[in-house]
Amino acid sequence: MSKKIKSSFKNMVLVLFSVTLIASATVAYVYQLTKEPIAKAKLNKQIQAIKDVVPPFTNNPFKEKINIKVDDKHTIVIFPAKKNGELIGAAVKTYTQKAFGGEFWIMVGFKPDGTIINYSILEHKETPGLGSKMDVWFKEKGKKSIINKNPSTTKFTVSKDGGDIDAITAATISSRAFLDAVERGYKAFIKQNK
Amino acid sequence: MSQLNNLTKGFLRENPVFVLLLGMCPTLGTTTSAINGLGMGLATTFVLIMSNMVISLVANLIPDKIRIPGFIVIIASFVTIVDMTIAAYLPSLHESLGLFIPLIVVNCIVLGRAESFASKNSLIPSAIDGLSMGLGFSFALTLLGSIREILGSGKIFNFEVFNDQYGMLVFVLAPGGFLALGYIIAIINKIKKAIS
Repeated sequence: MSKKIKSSFKNMVLVLFSVTLIASATVAYVYQLTKEPIAKAKLNKQIQAIKDVVPPFTNNPFKEKINIKVDDKHTIVIFPAKKNGELIGAAVKTYTQKAFGGEFWIMVGFKPDGTIINYSILEHKETPGLGSKMDVWFKEKGKKSIINKNPSTTKFTVSKDGGDIDAITAATISSRAFLDAVERGYKAFIKQNK
Repeated sequence: MSQLNNLTKGFLRENPVFVLLLGMCPTLGTTTSAINGLGMGLATTFVLIMSNMVISLVANLIPDKIRIPGFIVIIASFVTIVDMTIAAYLPSLHESLGLFIPLIVVNCIVLGRAESFASKNSLIPSAIDGLSMGLGFSFALTLLGSIREILGSGKIFNFEVFNDQYGMLVFVLAPGGFLALGYIIAIINKIKKAIS
């Protein structure tokens, strides 16, 4: 093995400078390579989420989206789904800040009258095995479900709080947060639709 | 030490999780399911092999007094590369590991192997050391993840073993992670004693 470089001031500055230079050049190169696939993956996820929650549409919901700014960090987005020019529903990207893990974002599909078609979870930090069950729980049968219910006729709070929806077992906070997000999306959608 | 010995040490004799007890944060944080554990393990393995190889090559060029910042920059670059690659090509895995991938930078296993092995050995043994430690780490995380997933939600790699209403929720949460890890370490110590 060759001899180690001495820890003189000049050597240290030179070596650290070149190490950071090479490292940042490499990372920048990989960033350039992956920039497009990452953006594509994110977009695909949103498109998939829209397709999941509204009936088949013929327009481009991205071009007709409506942004509703709530505050600096939160914007509710409404993606209208149209078939041959007629509004058949809308996917609403909405959020809650009452979640167990801070906040989460969901996509909810509404019929023009506000009845819920379907929903999907975009991103969340809820406890795995507890709050994370919300991705299927509110699609099950009976009082758990929010599908085909309309927030104007059904009380969208958990049964514990006197509402009409059953909370996820052992995850009442996440359930409350979920219904809060749905409700927020519903209000934004109805206001926009008037 | 022969190369074969070098390759197998990570599984039991010097398993980073069960014997060296390094990298507990990602170990307990990501092992809520078997697939998460495996994903985290493989990401760490890649970082370990690459950083071990590069560090063994440049160790003599880096003065002793600044070796730690030098190593950290090299490790952090590889972690960032892994992070971006997973985000681009495996978005669903990236979502479930999310927070923990950047944390590979501060995983003691990576810096520990760089400092105690790669900086003193040549390229090939360092690469093998990284592979061995990484696979040992993956093995440990997958094992722990499987146990927690079966006991907690009745599934393994998302295949249902029994209905999840009989699952013991505590195993999905943090306390169950500690419990499962403690029992595994106890069993491994017992086995090691029996062998020697």
